[in-house]
Amino acid sequence: MANLNVTIGNLRLKNPVMTASGTFGYGLEFQDFVPLDGIGAIIVKGTTLKAREGNDYPRMAETTGGMLNCVGLQNKGVDYFCKHIYPQLLPTGGTYVVNVSGSSPEDYAECAARVDALDGIPAIELNISCPNVKDGGMAFGVTTKGASAVVRAVRERYHKTLIVKLSPNVTDISEIARAVESEGADAVSLINTLMGMAVDIERRRRVLSIGTGGLSGPAVKPVALRMVYQVARAVKIPVVGLGGIMTAEDAIEFLMCGATAIEIGTANFVDPTVTIRVRDGVNEWLDRHGCSSVQDIIGTIE
Amino acid sequence: MFEEKNERHRIKSIMNMDELRKYMLNLRVSSVERLHERYVLVKLTQQEPLPPMLPGQFVEVRIDGPQGPLLRRPISVNFVDRERNELWLLVAVVGNGTRWLAALTAGDVVNVVGPLGHGFTPAGETAGTAAGETAGTTAGETAGTAAGETAGTAGGRWLLVGGGVGVAPLLFQGAALRARGCEPVFLLGARTQKDLLMVDAFRRYGEVFVTTEDGSEGERGFVTQHSLLGRERFGMIQTCGPTPMMKAVARYAYSQGIECEVSLENMMACGLGACLCCVEKTTEGNLCVCKEGPVFNIKKLLWQF
Repeated sequence: MANLNVTIGNLRLKNPVMTASGTFGYGLEFQDFVPLDGIGAIIVKGTTLKAREGNDYPRMAETTGGMLNCVGLQNKGVDYFCKHIYPQLLPTGGTYVVNVSGSSPEDYAECAARVDALDGIPAIELNISCPNVKDGGMAFGVTTKGASAVVRAVRERYHKTLIVKLSPNVTDISEIARAVESEGADAVSLINTLMGMAVDIERRRRVLSIGTGGLSGPAVKPVALRMVYQVARAVKIPVVGLGGIMTAEDAIEFLMCGATAIEIGTANFVDPTVTIRVRDGVNEWLDRHGCSSVQDIIGTIE
Repeated sequence: MFEEKNERHRIKSIMNMDELRKYMLNLRVSSVERLHERYVLVKLTQQEPLPPMLPGQFVEVRIDGPQGPLLRRPISVNFVDRERNELWLLVAVVGNGTRWLAALTAGDVVNVVGPLGHGFTPAGETAGTAAGETAGTTAGETAGTAAGETAGTAGGRWLLVGGGVGVAPLLFQGAALRARGCEPVFLLGARTQKDLLMVDAFRRYGEVFVTTEDGSEGERGFVTQHSLLGRERFGMIQTCGPTPMMKAVARYAYSQGIECEVSLENMMACGLGACLCCVEKTTEGNLCVCKEGPVFNIKKLLWQF
């Protein structure tokens, strides 16, 4: 049994497997399939200051090797989370990270501050890269100025581990990563979904209700790997890698490219036990290759 | 006093469909039967007894074909044969995923997640207490228990209306109603006689009426044009089929003041209420068809009549 512990800011994880926001609900939805305390950390659904209804249906289109979504941050707001959902999470023994989204730096900061007050939540992931809402999200994540403004505002009000989730829909993702690092982010996670589109040729219109959506799934993995590799070389803070991870081998690729931990997203829809399968697969691989710790492979690719 | 309260709580949680445990199972194909050209009836089994499932619930089937697709295919539970320990899935062959399913042969293994979602209100429940809240976990499996006092025929017989492959979950529901002493009436619609499915199986549980669009069997026209609807007042209508058909049925039920439940099939990804892709607008905001549905009382939907 290799040592799978990794550390992101002040967040100690028993293994490097996390769940990507929006793909694992609040974890409770998967309780029948996996022990929630066996996952490194569960990043819960994107949470905003006020409740959001999200976009209209259809919100999903399956593509070759992936899927597009335009859910649009449907959630009941941070106060509902604190009052009704958070109390249900603690007894599961899992480690939870809240994904925070907003439409202005003040929004983000206020939402983050309310999560800061929850003793059982050791970290947040700041979503500055949601491609599916007009009034926020990705707008901040695609410029160094926007990204810096949000992180600065949040850092003033949030004192625990701050992970910033980056958009791949930019010219130079390293530049954004460096900008949020210099504003005090403890880690970056990447990639969020790639902007895409699908067409229904019989109806002669775009499939998704808002026309475009974010692409995820194995189709995006090579893009994600390249970006993780680049960013890991551009910043000193830990990088959390995600994008199309389906297997332990995929996860190991990300770790070798410089990711300290990884997130599993779309694969949860294909196999609700994938988190534990990847965790065990990484462990077996390390054992088989005589590695005593996952640290032995992180960032080992030239 | 404390014990009594506890006991009541325990029963309630057993009765609550949210509490029905979900599984990921590798099931073995026991048979694949072709029904006409476009449809197959796949029967799956395993060594262990199959877990409890309720009429109107569905499973997510993993497609392991070389051409994908990536996502599982949601397929409603057509029937659970407890004697033979078989789960029946009635499938219309429409794309790569269902074509792969149709090509399975006995002995193949299929990975299935389920049971998922909230099904139809069982006989005896007050219609409208929302499918789910109080459904018996053993509907259809414990023939007759508690049926006498609760048979739901007081307000009229229950009508199950199916269109095309949408008839699938109504067989299981019909069997469950029958087992509880509430004999259902089936109204099955199809484009042609060749799209009518499992009519003989339905006849085992209740009276069957048929419409086809071309008149090749039963009355010609749509289900909502069947003369039966003018002759009898039903206590409840439960329906599954193409959306335009369900909307027409719902409009009829609404205009007659009859309770009505529809089974929706919005495109979904996770099937567990996690991804929020399959939402339907309801009086309670956007709800996941995979978790809060697929069966909804029409009073909860924002359909315009």
